[in-house]
Amino acid sequence: MPPLSAIAFLGLAALTLGSAGIVAFSKNIIYSSLALLGTFTGIAGLYITLSADFLAATQILVYVGGTLTLILFAVMLTSRIEDMKVSNPRAGLPAAFGLVTLVLLVLGKVATSTPWPSEAKPAMPSTAKLGHAFLTEYLLPFELGSIVLLSAMVGAVVLARRAVKRAWEKG
Amino acid sequence: MEIGLVHYLSVGAVLFGLGLLTVMTRKNAVGILLGVELILNAAALNFVAFEHFVAGGVSGQVFTVFIIVLAASEAAIALAIVLQVFRNYRSIMADRLTSLKG
Repeated sequence: MPPLSAIAFLGLAALTLGSAGIVAFSKNIIYSSLALLGTFTGIAGLYITLSADFLAATQILVYVGGTLTLILFAVMLTSRIEDMKVSNPRAGLPAAFGLVTLVLLVLGKVATSTPWPSEAKPAMPSTAKLGHAFLTEYLLPFELGSIVLLSAMVGAVVLARRAVKRAWEKG
Repeated sequence: MEIGLVHYLSVGAVLFGLGLLTVMTRKNAVGILLGVELILNAAALNFVAFEHFVAGGVSGQVFTVFIIVLAASEAAIALAIVLQVFRNYRSIMADRLTSLKG
């Protein structure tokens, strides 16, 4: 019987890649978007096996709670009901397959032939260390990240709103 | 069976490949964005795997937090743009948006 961590890894990897396959190959954009839920959850589980517990919670909160909801809103607002059957068409599949196979071959060669100085470490909670890093060494990038989020939020509101002309506005 | 760095790298590589395939073959603009999300997640997974097995410390997780921040802002902006494109063209299929073609 293989150890529990191996079973957990294999299950999570299967969930992640299986859902990603649905995202890549489903003909219905709603199925594609909902399959992204499985990918995000699987990645969050993989983060836990890599002792990144805070990232797992963030992944669920931001991706599943925020980004996925946003994507579903966009799908519902932009797909017309009558062409829902093939709402996610494809083009140029053979060429893309060739290129992706090439990329995967190169990546696999690099990943397997490089002697990474890797060692298995026990899984330890890392949230306290991460918080400490954010408030000391990475303080400036952290603040810049919040500015990026604020400006993205304002920009999204400005872009997505419907321009309403008041009666007194000309042109 | 010992789960090591190479296993996580393979998951990341296949996830990246599927994302690349999605970006290259989809016509629906939202579908293309889904592919971008897959690629970003694959990169973040690689950061955390390298941090756990090779580098130590928390710098890999810090970078992953920034990836999540950028992915969230990218999704918000891109979906707002998609919404405006749909209002103007009544379609978000990338091969029908040819107004800029000379």
